[in-house]
Amino acid sequence: MRNAFAEEIMRLAELEKRLVLLSGDIGNRLFDGFKAKYPERFFNCGVAEANMTGVAAGLAMSGLRPVTYTIAPFATTRCLEQIRNDICYHDLPVTIVGVGSGLGYAELGATHQSLEDIALLRSIPNMTVLCPADPIETRFALQASLNQNHPVYLRIGKKGEPAIHKSTLDYNIGKAIKLRTGSDMALLTTGVIAPLAMAIAKTLSLQAIEAEVLHFPSVKPLDEDALSYCLKTYDVVASLEEHSRIGGFGAAIAELTSDMGCDLRRLLRFGTQDVFLHEAGDMHYARNRHGLSLEPIINAICCSLNNQNHLVC
Amino acid sequence: MQARLPDFDGSTVEALPQILRGALIELSHAKRIPHLGSALSCIDLMIAAYWLTMRIDPRKPFHPNRDRFILSKGHAAKALYVCLAYRGFFDIDLLQQLGVEGGPMAEHPGPKCLPGVEAATGSLGHGLPIGLGQALAARIHKRNYRVFVLISDGECNEGSVWEAAMMASAHALNNLTVIVDFNKWQATGRSEEVLNLSPLADKWRSFGWDTVEVDGHDVETINDILRSTSLKQPRALIAHTIKGKGISFMEDDNNWHYRIPNADELARANIELGLS
Repeated sequence: MRNAFAEEIMRLAELEKRLVLLSGDIGNRLFDGFKAKYPERFFNCGVAEANMTGVAAGLAMSGLRPVTYTIAPFATTRCLEQIRNDICYHDLPVTIVGVGSGLGYAELGATHQSLEDIALLRSIPNMTVLCPADPIETRFALQASLNQNHPVYLRIGKKGEPAIHKSTLDYNIGKAIKLRTGSDMALLTTGVIAPLAMAIAKTLSLQAIEAEVLHFPSVKPLDEDALSYCLKTYDVVASLEEHSRIGGFGAAIAELTSDMGCDLRRLLRFGTQDVFLHEAGDMHYARNRHGLSLEPIINAICCSLNNQNHLVC
Repeated sequence: MQARLPDFDGSTVEALPQILRGALIELSHAKRIPHLGSALSCIDLMIAAYWLTMRIDPRKPFHPNRDRFILSKGHAAKALYVCLAYRGFFDIDLLQQLGVEGGPMAEHPGPKCLPGVEAATGSLGHGLPIGLGQALAARIHKRNYRVFVLISDGECNEGSVWEAAMMASAHALNNLTVIVDFNKWQATGRSEEVLNLSPLADKWRSFGWDTVEVDGHDVETINDILRSTSLKQPRALIAHTIKGKGISFMEDDNNWHYRIPNADELARANIELGLS
């Protein structure tokens, strides 16, 4: 995804002369092409994310379209007040890109994991939170961010993410994308964990359970129509994300379900647990440790489907 | 309660330090707004910038080539509101809205709350990075405007100030000036004692800034220094100031960080300022 981001921002810089790229001393060689072609519009801000975020605000106040880029926790939690006060309070067109979000850098330890960023950023007024599922969508999301006249958090993965979408897609912020048709339940996903959602649906299918899979490109705004449709159509609606169960995508769904006056007992929320991992391990290891793998999720879904059959509403 | 705001005919800048101090004290008293000591400390610096140094046209507050001023020590907001009003960005009577429910003027300035307010501030350490972004934008757009950021000495506790100091120096931003209102106090103690601030000027110098120390109440000299720019360095003006300056019983007394003058104190202050 980071390569797709680097290629796309290079392409967009040609079209959008106001685009300025700020990096927090990361992306070794990734932006060499950008630096060579647009030296006056690239700034390595050093290991100083609070300043980088404030600088982006100052640039945006002056009519430019800055994009800040660093590892997700440093782009977000490190400088949260600058995002809140400098960018969102002023409602400025700044795109904050967090790379290796969720468990993308799991092997580097908990300091480099970002499992709270959606919760924190979606609670700030004026902020849009985009979680693309694959490299193609990253390009569309970046393009859409730059067309917004408001702050955007673009939460991307690291590298080697499999393609989920075809080479083009009908991308609209706030509009869910159907990845699979189904008839028995809905599985809602956001971000780079979409392939796991598809694998879950495939495994359920072997047990004659057909899950409709919907990918939500944005957690904020959340596609209210798509959620409403799922709640009307299915007894079980499950959410899947590489983020804490507290405050993330599933929590946003639960809030909206509650606001719509629907039964929360039909929801299943799969996300990371409320713990720090203290051991070494890559993304797959960390996902397993948080229960984000086929077996526990399939079991929970089957259990819920069985219970729902006996539920008198 | 209405504040009795002093008149200013626009002709004599020399009279402004007294007139604007009178306005600040009247507003603090009438509108029950604290941080008077902080506003009295930096008002002369702002008079120099707004009346003598900066290239601004109050009728064109969004002109792309205007000089920018950011009050990073947002708790001195009423000094900003008073300067903008008396400089002609909006009607002086609008100052009566200070702190009034539903009005545009909170105790820290909000984004675009009034013409001339460049940035919302309040939490310290935010103004210099924003100003640095504006200064970089001038370079990208090939414009020759300048950016002035007023910070407090207590604000130099914030790490983001020094992050910005390094980046401004790395990019040789000579269109950026930081003015440090060095009144030797922060909210609860001497800035020297709280975090061992000195040597403050040498700190800025060692971060690559062209650093000049000045009496922060000498409007003419402040203007002389602000007008001159360094060839390749951002400029730091370390302004030695007195918190509560201009009112004998407020000077260097940190109680006036939060205290609000009563009617008797207001009358005494006005006499001292020659405004009664």
